[in-house]
Amino acid sequence: MRALVRAALVIARRDYVATVFSRTFLLFLLGPVLPLLFGLAFGAIGAGADEAARPTVVAIASPADAHALRAARDRLAARLGAGALPPLRFVTPRENPRAQARRLLGGEHGGSSAVLSGGLDRPVLTGPRAAIGSIDEDIALILDEAQQLRALGRTAPPPVSLEIRPTERSAATSVQDRAITARAGQIVLLVLTAILSGMLLTNLVEEKSSKVIEILAAAVPVDAIFLGKLIAMLGMSLTGIAVWGAVAAAGALAMLPPEASLPQPAVGWGTFLLLGLAYFVAGYLLLGGLFLGIGAQASTAREVQTLSLPVTMGQLIVFALASAAVARPGSGVAIAAALFPWSSPLAMFARAAQSALLWPHLLAILWQAGWVAVVIRIAARRFRVSVLDSRGARRGWFGWRRVGREGGHA
Amino acid sequence: MTRDFAIEARGLVKDFAGRRVLDGIDLAVPSGTIYGLLGPNGAGKTTLLRALLGIIDPDAGQRRLLGEEAPLKAARLIGYLPEERGLYPAMTAREAIAFMGALRGLPLAEGRRRAAALLAAHGLGEAAGRAIRTLSKGMAQTVQLLGTLVHRPRLIVLDEPFSGLDALNQERLETLIRAEAAGGATVLFSTHVIAHAERLCERIAIIADGRARFEGSVEEARAKLRPEVRLGTRAADGAWRAALPPGAARDSDGIWHFALPENGIEPLLRALIDGDAGIETLSIERPGLHEAFVAIAGEAAAAQMGAAGVLAA
Repeated sequence: MRALVRAALVIARRDYVATVFSRTFLLFLLGPVLPLLFGLAFGAIGAGADEAARPTVVAIASPADAHALRAARDRLAARLGAGALPPLRFVTPRENPRAQARRLLGGEHGGSSAVLSGGLDRPVLTGPRAAIGSIDEDIALILDEAQQLRALGRTAPPPVSLEIRPTERSAATSVQDRAITARAGQIVLLVLTAILSGMLLTNLVEEKSSKVIEILAAAVPVDAIFLGKLIAMLGMSLTGIAVWGAVAAAGALAMLPPEASLPQPAVGWGTFLLLGLAYFVAGYLLLGGLFLGIGAQASTAREVQTLSLPVTMGQLIVFALASAAVARPGSGVAIAAALFPWSSPLAMFARAAQSALLWPHLLAILWQAGWVAVVIRIAARRFRVSVLDSRGARRGWFGWRRVGREGGHA
Repeated sequence: MTRDFAIEARGLVKDFAGRRVLDGIDLAVPSGTIYGLLGPNGAGKTTLLRALLGIIDPDAGQRRLLGEEAPLKAARLIGYLPEERGLYPAMTAREAIAFMGALRGLPLAEGRRRAAALLAAHGLGEAAGRAIRTLSKGMAQTVQLLGTLVHRPRLIVLDEPFSGLDALNQERLETLIRAEAAGGATVLFSTHVIAHAERLCERIAIIADGRARFEGSVEEARAKLRPEVRLGTRAADGAWRAALPPGAARDSDGIWHFALPENGIEPLLRALIDGDAGIETLSIERPGLHEAFVAIAGEAAAAQMGAAGVLAA
């Protein structure tokens, strides 16, 4: 066992150094940042576009009505936010309101999306259906408020000052809140595991193409090769996660308000994050072992893609199973999700958000570690049988032989 | 099986896709010798080496390397150069050698130290810090060979080590193999070049069609054929011709060729002198390994070796 671990660490060290100290690793680190930057950039552009596309309403109103509408809008905007209501511009009425509305819609006074006429008593909103359809209720709300303010006159009360007293979450809401944390944790875990372990698919293809695999296989057990590669890629993934996590934490501290956070998980944030790390490692090794085994069967990147498709679909099913466990903790589905090796990390991580009991996690981690050993063993065996042991005839996953294209060796 | 042999194999069988690649091969490589596996391409040499080293498992038979039935248990004492050369292109020459040593249990720091010394000793000192991808093919092959030796193995297994090397590097490799054997290591190498085996090996196995057609010393292989006698006479005919063994043939230059009679050359000489044949030339030539190979493995296998263009090497 010591020899196997020692050999695995030699291979892991080589792979880790070769990967992390390469230029492509920088691109790998930038990978998740680029979509974020694009998102922010396009978000800003989109926000500008939304501002430009917001309908402008010109109100044909007497000075008194204009004053009332402006006051009503300001009062509502103080509660709903200025962006929630369409901006109003005011023009004084002329002899023919309909003709004036047409001119305004046609471009007079800088143009407008809609025209409000008829004063507070018989208001009419004129404009293209697409424009007035999105603002008619907002305009009606402003008109209501304006009418009430006019009716109350000086007796209109000032806006209510609401005192805010935050408390700990009530028992009724904590279950729902923790489910949010559980789902968020599952999604993060799934995304990280799937993206990072997927890289293992091509790992052995490269190894085979560099012809080093025979040197490795002659010197150390194939299990050690697989374990070493998993450790190396896990180390690389944790390095990436550490960098991304640090950047994300710094960004969150700088940009998000202090009160913006997920609900506290049942086991507390510290334990939750530690368990998250443990379940990521377990999930990564389980899925990575599977991917490595599949990658070992393939000779080309195209074969890798073909072989990985069923696993990718399987991941979606696993996520659905783990997700169902969040909705019904303690149910048969939740137990099944915790027991099935590939959904177990996701299900148990969610459980850490929903239940404070710690001993099930110890059992789950041991269970998953056992399965990691089994997966590596099977994948290594398949690799040995189908690649090293039959350069002329390669066997399928279930043992049948197929004639390969590598005959002619001596 | 005893520990006087670095490698022992009994009845190794391996099938690929219904084709028998190894067909009950027996092998015994004495410790401290240079041993050659001789055979044409496709004979089963590489499969035999892989089976011996535990890269693949035989379907039947037994194997023992350095006293271990599980070859990987002796991995630290074995150096292996596969036929398909492979190194990580981005690794430096020094790191590649140290890595190969580390796989065999040599600490990395010691591996780096030895790698630098080995590279310098083989004229590649300046290449120590260069990436493999920047080296010439010959240099990369040397680096891989040094990686095979860096942990000072007791058993060195080389699969077609001369393949792809120019004449100068082939000579250097022969010198290196002799030096390793002189240092006490056992060297097993496969080749389809008879000349290398003839120059280097104390013992050989001739492999053809997955079977060991011969296993023994080079001398024993040669002894499979009787020495050839070449005789030139002044007289074209006479009573002395009756003394020539059956099968004696005369070439266009009038020289007789025949195998040395079992009772020796003296009775024939007496008959030639008494019959007044007038001996002009007489030579007795011991057959080379090539002739022995033809006799043992057959014309077809020899033709394959010849087709590889290697007999003259």
